[in-house]
Amino acid sequence: MLHSILFYMFAFIMLGAAAGVVFSRNPVHSVMFLVLTFFQSAILWLMVEAEFLAIVLVLVYVGAVMVLFLFVVMMLEVNIEAAKRGLTRYAPFAIGVALLMAVELIQLIWLRGHGGSSAGGFAPTPEGYSNTKALGSVLYTEHVYAFEIAAVILLLAIVAAITLTMRKRPGLKVQNIAAQVAVRAKDRVRIVKMDAEKKQ
Amino acid sequence: MIGLEHYLTLAAMLFVLSIAGIIVNRRNLILLLMCVELMLLAVNFNFIAFSRYLGDETGQVFVFFILTVAAAEAAIGLAILVVLFRNRRSIAVQELNTLKG
Repeated sequence: MLHSILFYMFAFIMLGAAAGVVFSRNPVHSVMFLVLTFFQSAILWLMVEAEFLAIVLVLVYVGAVMVLFLFVVMMLEVNIEAAKRGLTRYAPFAIGVALLMAVELIQLIWLRGHGGSSAGGFAPTPEGYSNTKALGSVLYTEHVYAFEIAAVILLLAIVAAITLTMRKRPGLKVQNIAAQVAVRAKDRVRIVKMDAEKKQ
Repeated sequence: MIGLEHYLTLAAMLFVLSIAGIIVNRRNLILLLMCVELMLLAVNFNFIAFSRYLGDETGQVFVFFILTVAAAEAAIGLAILVVLFRNRRSIAVQELNTLKG
């Protein structure tokens, strides 16, 4: 009973925050609503005993990706009014499509399911079950190649992001350390011998 | 009791909401990226619910990889966005018609 109440509460907050992401006028508010959505879904994942992924979601998404989004939103200073002008014109169409798809999907889930065999909820996990341990034991054995490919993808993302955003500014003064160290006194100072000038 | 259907329904509603977001916010590239993140979250919900239902951790491993790829996608997408803004002083999608024949 308590489980159901908590599920509905968190699900309601999550859907409200997702609606806030979609319909909010300010992109910064959208990012904040997205953070709330990720928090709520992490809690919902905790409730199905996917603890490791819930914590990863909070650490990676809220901690890194959302902060990145926030940086970019604040850096770009986009004209909000110009970007949001088409909001009202397409809203009825969007809501119509969304409602149609929602009705179809929910109908598919509830009517064409497997006869309600899981109506009593998920089967309880065995005694002493550790989600992190179970996940680690398959991640580093069965799926180790996929894991390494994921690492390469992350490296690729780092290289791509840095390469894309790095730029050489014209007229920028930089030090050339090697040239500075290798310089000799005779390259810089020219000693000119000449007779003394006569006093006028 | 909360079962598989409840989680699938929640994921379906989240997915549909993010599709509405893509239609509504189709002028703002940042909001489009955020809606794609929401869609991936809905997909992850399905994977986790089925993984729990079947008692098989492979679904959660899949979610782990989706999170990795989504983080990479967000980083590269935002980098492209920054470069675009630097060149065009705007990220409005309807102005991106340079490749139009």
